[in-house]
Amino acid sequence: MGNKKSSSGGISIGARIKGMSDTNLLLVITIIVFFVMYIGAMIFQGGSFLKPQAFLNILNQQAALIIVSCGLSLVMITGGIDISVGGVVALVSMSCAVYLDYLGGNIVVSILIALAIGLAFGLVQGYLVAYLEIQPFIVTLAGMFFARGMTTIVHTNPFNVANEKFVKLKDTRITIPFLGSKNVKGIYIPAYIEIGVIVALIIVILFFCLLRWTKLGRGFYAVGGNQYSALMLGINVKRTKFISHLLSGILAGIGGFVYFMHIGSGSPSHATGMEMDAIASSIIGGTMLTGGVGNIIGTFFGVLSLSTIQNIVALAGLDEPWWIGITRAAMLCLFLVVQSIIIANKNKD
Amino acid sequence: MQKNTSKSSVANVFSGIFRNQLFIPIAALLLLALFNFIMDPSFFAISFGHNNAGNPVLSGRLITILDNGSELAILAIGMTLVTAASGGQDISVGAAIAIAGSVILRVLCGGQVSPEHLQAPIIVGFLAACIVAMLFGAFNGVLVAYFKIQPMVATLILYTAGRSIASWINNSQLPIVNEPKFGYFGGLIPGIPIPTPFLIAVLCMIVIALVLKFTNLGLYTQAVGINESSSKLNGLNPKFIKLLSFIILGLCVAVAALIKVSRVSTINYSVVAKDIEMDAILAVALGGNALSGGKFSMPASIIGAYVIQFLTTTLYKFNVRADALPAYKAAVIILLVVLSAPVVRDKLSSLGKKLKSGTRVKEVG
Repeated sequence: MGNKKSSSGGISIGARIKGMSDTNLLLVITIIVFFVMYIGAMIFQGGSFLKPQAFLNILNQQAALIIVSCGLSLVMITGGIDISVGGVVALVSMSCAVYLDYLGGNIVVSILIALAIGLAFGLVQGYLVAYLEIQPFIVTLAGMFFARGMTTIVHTNPFNVANEKFVKLKDTRITIPFLGSKNVKGIYIPAYIEIGVIVALIIVILFFCLLRWTKLGRGFYAVGGNQYSALMLGINVKRTKFISHLLSGILAGIGGFVYFMHIGSGSPSHATGMEMDAIASSIIGGTMLTGGVGNIIGTFFGVLSLSTIQNIVALAGLDEPWWIGITRAAMLCLFLVVQSIIIANKNKD
Repeated sequence: MQKNTSKSSVANVFSGIFRNQLFIPIAALLLLALFNFIMDPSFFAISFGHNNAGNPVLSGRLITILDNGSELAILAIGMTLVTAASGGQDISVGAAIAIAGSVILRVLCGGQVSPEHLQAPIIVGFLAACIVAMLFGAFNGVLVAYFKIQPMVATLILYTAGRSIASWINNSQLPIVNEPKFGYFGGLIPGIPIPTPFLIAVLCMIVIALVLKFTNLGLYTQAVGINESSSKLNGLNPKFIKLLSFIILGLCVAVAALIKVSRVSTINYSVVAKDIEMDAILAVALGGNALSGGKFSMPASIIGAYVIQFLTTTLYKFNVRADALPAYKAAVIILLVVLSAPVVRDKLSSLGKKLKSGTRVKEVG
């Protein structure tokens, strides 16, 4: 943002990096790492990575995580944390599953149920955090416990939904022209994405615009950066915090429905650890837990990076169950250390 | 307002009690006890008997609480120090317990699944676990202190990887220890009717009490937590203090892991000590310690841990299913936290004042 002579070659890369805001710098690192990783996988592992569908499958699988991570990034930019999202996703899928399967409900109402659950969590948690000034970690921890417990109270055992209309919706594939590939027998298989991906992309664009160009969006950064100076600037700090949690709750609701649409069943063990995945994605995407720094596009790439490394590990034949956990943690560790070193160096000058 | 001296001194005593950090956890404990007493006085019955092996045993729900709350109380000790020094929490303790437990089994069983005899003395296994747990604690500590990463994020790494590492240590096997002596740590020592985990917890409490009394650890930790840069100007090394707090937590983790593994003589990597990090953080918060660091009260945290165990046992008694437990726990936690929130307290006290001068308000309004 700080570069005036953006086109001239006279400015060294170092100077350019210094001129960048923390947000942009971390974003650029994330995007570069993602592309290096993906292209590296294409070159060295080839195979399925060369097909566009491999990339689209990552989107299909992670649409819900993308949506949930957007909400979490928002809260983290404001300087808070929301660890209830995984629980909310599980509760939403279980409630919708029970409603559609046992009560024979229709899909529109089930979407409303999903939104209502998300909204309720957002409202209560936002109120407790913003207006009663309780630590967000404790509030959303209780939210997580509550959502997980409620999920088993709604229904104990996992089951698949057989509602016809829902199955039709679940199996809807949006084909993308020109990106398909031929299988071994030479039959053309079109590339496809699920509806959830469209929802996720719309939300990413919507929240990117919100954070970048609206007064409310800039308010999130201001509050996260320094809430006392934000107060001096005339920003309603409490309301901003409240809205961030509210939006995170609603996005968890939407994400829950998208997750439900992808997986088509209800289970108390759904979305286990999703909150941690979402936090990890946000961090890899350049959001800092101290607040004030972050970007929705970065979060989007964070989710993709996490998912890509998982695919690389699986394809490399390291299929022992512990490898995925260890590589993801190693990646998180790497990003955190790099981030901290860069920020420290920047602050030194 | 305070015309009468005796009245004001009474008021002072009361406000002193209310302001004391021990007030919240003890009040919560008494509230739970009262609730149980009204519902069913037999909750507090303690009976003395003999178990299958003919050893003397104390049984009763209170004993169960003291027994099962031990790991949590031990973890709360380390978690309080970490919270006070770094202003953040370690969310990897559950995963670290899995690692430490896995190390103990690996050393004791020597890589076999179910050996007839122990391959190494128990103390060696425990010491190995201590070293490994402290190393992982140091890993967290270095990330927090030297790379200045927020504690919750830094420990997220081990949280993600911990259970995978634990299963890697034992090649995904679940070794079983057949030595009855190994069960003493999580059960009973013949001849002593009190559960061993509680004795271990008490030992840990005594040690930490002595350390806090005779060293400057407590003072330094609080100084670093309250203001890192001014503590540095006073000649402390804040980085080292933070690192130290994480290493101490690592030691607590190893002790908790010994108890956990000893209880069942084997391990289940994905289930052992699940969600215990959340309970440990809650214990610290219930103890009235600021989660943003600074001043702390060790007894308050430990009582907080037993409050949580008391709550769990109470819920089990009312036939709440284990998987539905979190929902009720959450409701109680929110209630406690809301009541102890400064904003709510201020409002309540101002409400009290209004009620006192109610007549005047009425006249004016």
